[in-house]
Amino acid sequence: MGLDKLLVISAALFCCGLYAILTRRNAVAVLMGVELILNAANINFVAFSFYVSRVIGGQIFAVFVIVLAAAEAAVALAIFLRMYATTGTVEVDAADHLKG
Amino acid sequence: MHLGNFASLTLFLPEMAVTATILLLILVHVAGKNRQSAAPALLSLAGVGAALLLVALQPASPGRSLFEGMVALDGFAIFFKALTALATIVVIFMSMESRELAGRSQTEYYIFLLSVLLGMFLLAASTDIVMLYLSLELVSIPSYLLAGYLKGKESSTEAAMKYVVYGATASGVMIYGFSFLYGLTGTTHMAEIGRVLAAGKAPLPVYLAAVMVTVGFGFKIAAVPFHMWSPDVYEGAPTPITAFLSVGPKAAGFAVLVRFFYTVFASPDAVAGMWKLHPSIDWTLLFGVLSAVTMSVGNLIAINQKNVKRLLAYSSIAHAGYMLMGFVLLTPVGLKAILFYLVVYLFMNLGAFYVVILVANGTGGEDIANYSGLGIRSPFAAVSLAVFLFALTGIPPFSGFIGKVYLFAEVINRGVYWLAVIAALNSVVSLYYYARIVKVMFLEDPQETTELPVQAFPRAVISLLAIPTLLLGIYWEPVARVAANSVRLLAF
Repeated sequence: MGLDKLLVISAALFCCGLYAILTRRNAVAVLMGVELILNAANINFVAFSFYVSRVIGGQIFAVFVIVLAAAEAAVALAIFLRMYATTGTVEVDAADHLKG
Repeated sequence: MHLGNFASLTLFLPEMAVTATILLLILVHVAGKNRQSAAPALLSLAGVGAALLLVALQPASPGRSLFEGMVALDGFAIFFKALTALATIVVIFMSMESRELAGRSQTEYYIFLLSVLLGMFLLAASTDIVMLYLSLELVSIPSYLLAGYLKGKESSTEAAMKYVVYGATASGVMIYGFSFLYGLTGTTHMAEIGRVLAAGKAPLPVYLAAVMVTVGFGFKIAAVPFHMWSPDVYEGAPTPITAFLSVGPKAAGFAVLVRFFYTVFASPDAVAGMWKLHPSIDWTLLFGVLSAVTMSVGNLIAINQKNVKRLLAYSSIAHAGYMLMGFVLLTPVGLKAILFYLVVYLFMNLGAFYVVILVANGTGGEDIANYSGLGIRSPFAAVSLAVFLFALTGIPPFSGFIGKVYLFAEVINRGVYWLAVIAALNSVVSLYYYARIVKVMFLEDPQETTELPVQAFPRAVISLLAIPTLLLGIYWEPVARVAANSVRLLAF
């Protein structure tokens, strides 16, 4: 499998993630879209690390991205849970009290 | 030359002081029974004060590269560390005074606040994209929690949700852009990336990566079109946090924007006295348009706001637009103008928010209607708010005027007249909505006639913010010199 195929896969994953973020109304689904984008970046890092740089810098970066994605997901889910407790929904559309 | 890990530690004292304070706070949180005591606030004050002192003692030159090229110690980093530490100290004073936060767990709040400070210290100094990403998230993730700190209040929770959704998306797009920069150059060190890119032609992927990275930074400084989160977050978050977000992370965002573009996409051009960005893209036009759109959108939407916090949110978007003017031309003089404006902006913006907190404590609201007759009910608060608002407008003799003069001068010197004209028109628009608050305070009859006394402590803090706001409009030379000396970026 060549570098180009991996880049196509990661670009497809990125587009799926962006599509999910833009169209989904459920906050948890939006978060899943973000995870897809982060994993698209991870595929890029690991692929470039193997084919281009030949040192493991990119793989280390991917590990950091995975860890931070977990931290971000933990905080985001805690906030969504709080949102559910106060308003009874996690729909992004329902969050419309602040505007102007 | 890169310093090794152990050799770096002696030059890493401010960060270690903040980390030690965070660890102490965690211990206090575990051991302490009284969740409402003032101990955590005082402990954080001591910690941040010590960090500020250690930053002031750090040697600015020669620039050093710490931890094998991860973090820089140069004039630029020291300037931003001092700026963000100062902002944090003022925000701790505000938090002690705020009635919104009373009765809530104090230790966790300060743990998050100091984590953001640590992130900002590192963000302004990162010279490696791994470090940059880590510190950006260290700023972002506790900020989400702080925005939603008013548990049980719907608007605060909503603010946190919008913040986390927009923030996670922006950082995801940014990291995808980083992956292409890594792929094009095979390294994560920013200066190395810059060298490899400078040797090659500027192909489409570089442009794409630059745009994606700009999304991440644009989110942090709340530049249009990545500003959508900021009015909602600023309105819903506790007011001290709103003040903090509008100064601290915004300044750190500018620091990382400048450092990243200067080391990765630019090379110094000694003849023209400015930095050359990679050709094939009209950077001046790109950032000029970004700056013009940001200030115009911020100012035009601010006109219609009824909530003062939301109005100040749009005004802070507009100020990010003004500051971007200094970035358009990539000259040291333009950069100096940004740094000087950030100092001035820190005092006037934090000052305005401090008065908003006092008025909210007294009247229970943040709408402009709550300010009617404030000139009679509390002359001190009204006069000082008027000073901060006129400084934000940029009227002489207030310091905001000098800040704007520096920003305008460089744009005009280099012949980008259209941007100067747009910025001048924007200042006129901003006068309208700032002056409206002043009019309500002094010319309208109060709804209630009870006095709103300002205690001695808030009075002292407001004076400490108002005096530089006035003084820097008359005698700004020392600060301008510090800003000019801080435009020294590490080039390796």
